[in-house]
Amino acid sequence: MRIPCPLCGPRDRREFYYYGADDYLRRPEEGAPPEAWDAYLHLRDNPAGVTRDLWHHEMGCSAWLVVTRNTVTHEVISVRLASEKEAAK
Amino acid sequence: MAELIALSATEGLLPLTHGALTLAGAAPDRITSVQPFKGKEAAVTKALKAAHGLGFPAPGRALAKGDARILWTGRGQAFLLNADPAPLAGLAALTDQTDAWATLRLTGPAADQALARLVPVDLRPAAFGAGSAIRTGLNHMMAVIARVDDGFDIMVFRSMAATAIHELETVMKSLAARG
Amino acid sequence: MRLQGKGLIDRTKPLAFRFDGTQYTGFAGDTLASALLANGVRLVGRSFKYHRPRGILTAGSEEPNALVEVLEAGGQQTPNTRATVQELYEGLAARSQNRFPSLKRDLLAVNDLMSPFFGAGFYYKTFMWPRAFWETIYEPAIRRAAGLGKLSGKHDEALYEKAFAFCDVLVIGSGPAGLMAALTAARAGAEVILAEEDSRMGGRLLSDAGEIDGQEGLAWASGVLAELRGLPNVRLMTRTTVTGAYDGGTLSALERVSHHLADPAGRPRECFWRIVAGRAVLAAGALERPIAFEDNDRPGIMLASAVRSYVNRWGVAPGRKVTIFANNDTARQTADVLVAAGVQVAAVIDSRADAPTTGDYRLYRGATIVGTQGRHGLEWISVRDANGERRVETDCLAVSGGWNPTVHLTCHMNGRPVWNPEIAAFVPAENAVPGLIPCGAAAGVFSTAGCLADGQRAALAALDALGRKAPTLALPKAEDGTYAIHPLWAVEGARRAWLDFANDVTVKDVKLAAQENFSSVEHMKRYTTQGMAPDQGKNSNVGALAVLADATGRAIPETGTTTFRPPFVPTSIAAMGAGGRAAGFAPQRFTTSHAASVERGAPMIEAGLWYRPSYFPRPGETNWRESCDREVQFVRERVGVCDVSTLGKIDIQGADAGRFLDLVYTNTFSTLKPGRVRYGLMLREDGHVMDDGTTACLGENHYLMTTTTAAAGLVMRHLEFVHQALHPDWDVRFISVTEQWAQFAVAGPRSRDLLNSILDEKLKPEDWPFMACGPVRVGGVAGRLFRISFSGEHAYEVAVPARYGAALFRDLVARAETMGGGAYGMEALNVLRIEKGLITHAEIHGRTTAFDIGAEKMISAKKDCIGKAAAARPGMIGPDRDQLVGLRPLSPGKAIGAGAHLFKQGEAAKRENDQGYVTSVCWSPTLDSHLGLAFLRNGRARHGETIRLVDHMRKTDVLCEVCDPVFLDPTGGRARG
Repeated sequence: MRIPCPLCGPRDRREFYYYGADDYLRRPEEGAPPEAWDAYLHLRDNPAGVTRDLWHHEMGCSAWLVVTRNTVTHEVISVRLASEKEAAK
Repeated sequence: MAELIALSATEGLLPLTHGALTLAGAAPDRITSVQPFKGKEAAVTKALKAAHGLGFPAPGRALAKGDARILWTGRGQAFLLNADPAPLAGLAALTDQTDAWATLRLTGPAADQALARLVPVDLRPAAFGAGSAIRTGLNHMMAVIARVDDGFDIMVFRSMAATAIHELETVMKSLAARG
Repeated sequence: MRLQGKGLIDRTKPLAFRFDGTQYTGFAGDTLASALLANGVRLVGRSFKYHRPRGILTAGSEEPNALVEVLEAGGQQTPNTRATVQELYEGLAARSQNRFPSLKRDLLAVNDLMSPFFGAGFYYKTFMWPRAFWETIYEPAIRRAAGLGKLSGKHDEALYEKAFAFCDVLVIGSGPAGLMAALTAARAGAEVILAEEDSRMGGRLLSDAGEIDGQEGLAWASGVLAELRGLPNVRLMTRTTVTGAYDGGTLSALERVSHHLADPAGRPRECFWRIVAGRAVLAAGALERPIAFEDNDRPGIMLASAVRSYVNRWGVAPGRKVTIFANNDTARQTADVLVAAGVQVAAVIDSRADAPTTGDYRLYRGATIVGTQGRHGLEWISVRDANGERRVETDCLAVSGGWNPTVHLTCHMNGRPVWNPEIAAFVPAENAVPGLIPCGAAAGVFSTAGCLADGQRAALAALDALGRKAPTLALPKAEDGTYAIHPLWAVEGARRAWLDFANDVTVKDVKLAAQENFSSVEHMKRYTTQGMAPDQGKNSNVGALAVLADATGRAIPETGTTTFRPPFVPTSIAAMGAGGRAAGFAPQRFTTSHAASVERGAPMIEAGLWYRPSYFPRPGETNWRESCDREVQFVRERVGVCDVSTLGKIDIQGADAGRFLDLVYTNTFSTLKPGRVRYGLMLREDGHVMDDGTTACLGENHYLMTTTTAAAGLVMRHLEFVHQALHPDWDVRFISVTEQWAQFAVAGPRSRDLLNSILDEKLKPEDWPFMACGPVRVGGVAGRLFRISFSGEHAYEVAVPARYGAALFRDLVARAETMGGGAYGMEALNVLRIEKGLITHAEIHGRTTAFDIGAEKMISAKKDCIGKAAAARPGMIGPDRDQLVGLRPLSPGKAIGAGAHLFKQGEAAKRENDQGYVTSVCWSPTLDSHLGLAFLRNGRARHGETIRLVDHMRKTDVLCEVCDPVFLDPTGGRARG
């Protein structure tokens, strides 16, 4: 598997650390109800198809990435920096 | 009162030659990490230009002027080599990294073939020519790799220098044996 | 025997070799298989299950029978080596396997006589009762009988290598299609890798006669190869099998670097390549398949293509009187080759009623073989045609059931091959692996002219996809015959007709599977073990599923295939994990004090990747406890020095640095003044403790965070996440400075005296209260000093740039020794912190909360922090939680161990009654007692209670008093004083 890092270009999967679904980008505000935290921390879809998840280019530029990919075909559809304003949407 | 003797990161381990490849120490006199503060990217570039004839490098790139060099080393981060970082004060987070890295220089005609056994990145001249600098893995360890005239500069954590040298020597020997 | 004037072997270079102890001679260019055949050796192995005598079936990597052990220097041996792949070298020694005591007299051949009982599913039906026999009798007995070659049992000392390669076009296979593809891509200027499994390029051109462009095919190939070799953008790789196709244009390949050399002379045995290709052209050819008929597994029965290879490539006649059995035009082609080489063709048996007549040999049309004889090698066959049955004397039978395109790589990403009835074979599905373009015989194109054209087509498609312009080269002229086949999978009525030679699966077994309702091809495979041997069914898959289709009344396409998975050929784990053994397993991290510690005899222990001294023995000390006790004592009474450089150090700067620290720590850091240090606790977002450590304020908007040694990488990744993913707009920058600084703890009542003896300026006590920090100079070198303590003593940590670390450590230790102290190691450090109830990752092991360690008050109510919401959930706090306590054995001399569990007195020591567990223990020379830290249910309310500590593993059962975890100096006066 290769991930095209927006900064470094296509790199081997071994340079990346996998974190989990991109839900982690949308942290509830302080004081949010427990259900919101429960959803944020624990409730995940397990899609056969397109999914968005977070990878850290740990053995590279240290950027956190939002990777859109297909779990069935293994196609990596798009990659963007988690720090981009649009990434969390 | 104490008197402290300095030891290099590769003390007693280099240089090594196997076949047509040579591995030597190539520690810069000074390494400073430069991370421009928010909104200060342009000012940092300007200051680097004025002080050292350099700029802030684009991802994957390195710039040089005389002995002074600046290597891109990651997201929003570059290493300024052999140059005074003082003109950047207040514009970027600066840390001294001079002693944090062991810098190894691998030279010889098949240097890219040796690194191809440890580094999962395309280092052929067409893909990694003059002025290239990246952050990647050297086998299991993080490394900064930069193209130099006749080979590569490989920067690894100081504590891992012995392992890096061992791994590089292993592939150098293997390539020499293959002929 | 050798044929004069034939073959690509070098007859000027004879090579001596041994097989089963007998000396033979072959030539450079031979494989072990060709050399054995040249010496008249037909029997080379015993089959897996029935121990049937077996010979050489093929001339390639798909060989199911001729597996041998290659014996190497130093008692090493490589089992299951395919004799058809192993190249001959001077002194090669090989041994047959799966036989006892010898190949000719194999006692387990008795299995063959009992074969009526050993059909498919035998194990599942037989070894059921009694249940008690499963593990005690059946499994050991079956295991002893199972398996093929044996390992040496020795550590494999050989060198293996792994490597990465990148190219525009990877061409897999160097037959006519592959060469044409490589040439087309290379002339267009693309970076090309041409990978060939064989030791020589050329594919079938090495074995089959035929003209290309008016010259011998092989001469044409040599011309192309010479051109490719001269191009800087081409890399030719022989002995390299592409083994797998993966995501993102990545393919794996196994290069056999030195298996063909008597002395590798420093070369690796194998190199495992990971090749990233813009496009890959699959020109891997096709594999000939056998036909199942009665006793079709005798030595001397071979594939027709292999017979032609042995004749043409190696100049070997595999028999004196050869017969041929085929369902396609291969029969004629093979007969012509043999006749041309002067080998007698005893008969050609063509199952097609309309088989063309040519040549000067006996042809049986519409005929089949219904039986064979010959105990250790073929002697005669029974032929049946419309006129009845007759015997034909023969010592070599060449069989061809048609050809299977080598579709394997196209199936590695879930692609399913497609049935092509015209050639009665599966061909690759369209775009089965993105970027992998099948062509030539691998795509079901069987004529030479067709392969040349198809190779060019594939290369042009690859170049087009890569955006490269390419002129179309004139195609060389070549044979463009048709391939006429009439499917014949198994001869009717056969008693035992082998499909899978490697795993001894017969037609009867597959029919039995169908009869017992294992009618899905995947079930049949697992029930019969067909296709599960080292050859992975390359010779048998299609035949077996054709028999299954017949038995279940379905067509072949609807029966489907099993899944081909990587690797395409057996691949040693050593090659895939090359360089990962011993020192290559993980980087070793050495501190600047490493050499000095080793010189002092300190045993080094691993702490993550770091190596740290366990203790520093002195003459006369007989065990680690004596050294440790001494080191604890001198820290408590005088002064000790310890390298703490391995702790993570992160430099944090920026206008939002304080705000950022407030978010990642439970407590507040934005109020910390320059020159001051604060202890901080970090949670994961799920409310559990991530790490702890001190953070110093070095100046305005400038902090230095320390992490534990174990969690340094984890914390760095976490900080990056919080910044980039949650607050990318905050002006904060951080970078690891762990490696920049060598840092030493100087601890004990006389620590200030020791520092004053080396610092350029003496410390003024009023400037250096507990938790102060600031710059210092040591011998003119700019350093940093922190007044912090992990021992509970008056202590400092002094840091200098790493180049001075070795010198400073030696100086500090030497001076400490003159003061009655010295260096202390991890054991003493652990005792010192347990006595003070200070936690490490033994306590914050990922399942403990701030509440559990008694630090819930550190979660500031005034601000948000990572983990705050989750830490307040019901269940994360309260009396049901296991809480940190101290333990003291009622008899202080009673040893206790970490990992022990806690029970109430009088209750049985079993899981249901579990009250908690012990995380850290030590002998405290200061308090003259064993001490423990533990997590106990509602423990903070139970100080003073007696609890039972049980360790079923170490057989300890000790009564302890529950107490506060801070055993020593609970008010902290010593550290502050």
